[in-house]
Amino acid sequence: MKILVAVKRVIDHNVKVRVKADGSGVELANVKMAINPFDEIAVEEAVRLKEAGKANEIVVVSIGDNSAQETLRSAMAIGADRAILIQRPHDLVLEPLDIARLLQQVVIAEQPDLILLGKQAIDNDCNQTGQMLAALLKCAQATFASSIEVESSSLQVTREIDGGLETLSLPLPAVVTTDLRLNEPRYATLPNIMKAKKKPLEIQDISEMNFTPLGQVKILTVTEPKKRSGQCTLFDDVNALVSELQAKEVI
Amino acid sequence: MSQLSILVMVEHDNQTIKSSTYHSVTAAKQILSGQGQLHLLVAGHQCKQVAEQAATIAGVENVILIDNSELAHPLAETVTDAVIAVAENYSHLVFPATTYGKNIAPRVAATLGVAQISDITEVINAQTFVRPIYAGNALATVQNNGQQVVLTIRSSAFSGTTETQSPAAIEECTVNHFSPLSQLKSQSLTQMSRAELSSAKVVISGGRGLNSSENFALLETIADKLGAAVGASRAAVDAGYVPNDYQVGQTGKIVAPDLYIAVGISGAIQHIAGMKESKVIVAINRDPEAPIFQVADYGIVGDLFEVLPEFDKALA
Repeated sequence: MKILVAVKRVIDHNVKVRVKADGSGVELANVKMAINPFDEIAVEEAVRLKEAGKANEIVVVSIGDNSAQETLRSAMAIGADRAILIQRPHDLVLEPLDIARLLQQVVIAEQPDLILLGKQAIDNDCNQTGQMLAALLKCAQATFASSIEVESSSLQVTREIDGGLETLSLPLPAVVTTDLRLNEPRYATLPNIMKAKKKPLEIQDISEMNFTPLGQVKILTVTEPKKRSGQCTLFDDVNALVSELQAKEVI
Repeated sequence: MSQLSILVMVEHDNQTIKSSTYHSVTAAKQILSGQGQLHLLVAGHQCKQVAEQAATIAGVENVILIDNSELAHPLAETVTDAVIAVAENYSHLVFPATTYGKNIAPRVAATLGVAQISDITEVINAQTFVRPIYAGNALATVQNNGQQVVLTIRSSAFSGTTETQSPAAIEECTVNHFSPLSQLKSQSLTQMSRAELSSAKVVISGGRGLNSSENFALLETIADKLGAAVGASRAAVDAGYVPNDYQVGQTGKIVAPDLYIAVGISGAIQHIAGMKESKVIVAINRDPEAPIFQVADYGIVGDLFEVLPEFDKALA
């Protein structure tokens, strides 16, 4: 089985973001970037399937500017075999449907049996790309996966849903998006980081692909959310707290 | 499409309507602001009573009922087929931003070749919406420029409509072509005797500080007295104290109750993202430096195993 994993370079999940004063976005200059945590889980899952003898090749793909090479290298250090970067100009804004259309082209070229993505990117919080890609490919989808089992020509995927869990059976090829509880990604070891530098990384320029961005959604402004008062009143006595909550009519 | 026409997806279990639907209807009415049509879509199996219930929601002009055994469980592939069958008549297709809506809405949007805007928290006008990004640390105002748009609605940002009317017409619609791909094998749902987390007026959540599954009983006793729902941080879920659907945060449920009580939760960015719109936040934590105190209105610095029993007693 061949697995394609899509990864995105995002602001590190521990960074407290700052909104730019001109409302054009958040400050990304000189901010620590990392592989999107959900995508890291997707790469780890692909590597585990390979280690279990269920997969024979793992291809990682990212759509980004030149710096996304670093993200692809870290995916290869976890264990992906080769990488594809769809290089786009730094300032080109792509919507999830654009990303899904580009990934669709990669899927047509690579013909993977399983396509793994994170359930959402922690920057735009969209939670759309995997579902859109499955729609374009007209294949089965299983989102928010917390367990994946491969059978001969199908997958059993357990999904995290609002009321609990559910298990689906999917014919291959299929698109699966990962939830946090699917696995615990490994740390890349130094020898694997070194090895990853030698693995193939193919760069395709977006301008040479058959692609025009849709431009259906325009971001008008990005603003700071309303701040909470920031004033925390501390109580020593629980009874006093309860009286205060009663006075506020919240209990 | 100049005339506004909105189709709201009814989330249900073939028996009853989920509360998310009522929040979606409120958002849809704000988009319409008195002009255009509001229709509901009930896609399911043997779910006539859901359609009948939906028809009594005030402001609904028409309920479309698509009843087919392929829709017995809301699988993304077949529900998309059902939505696509009627989608062309609408300028806006509205889903709740629950796991149900998040699973299906993008598939519908991509099939139609239109944009999907996720998790909106505010309607500016029929084409302009506000949505949180970066775990709620920034708000993006986005404008749709396409002919049609698919939206998901953050329930906690819109009150649930409670008004009723004499029933609107129910139009049964047949879908001739389904393309089933995935199949449901099994389900394990958490038995909840308490209020539903995403719509509860009071939520009490526990974190790693609870130390064990058993200790969540301390929260449950208080929850029962307050009529509250019980939530958890990711740490508590990962430690196996409670099931994953208790998780409040960027990747779990987003709540905005009148009162949120965080017990033994330090307050990571991802957790704050799920509860910071609560009206009043109370933190109970041993560590006075815990980030949760920066968003809390009231706090107690102390050992939760001492504070919780006292809290329980004070409520008696």
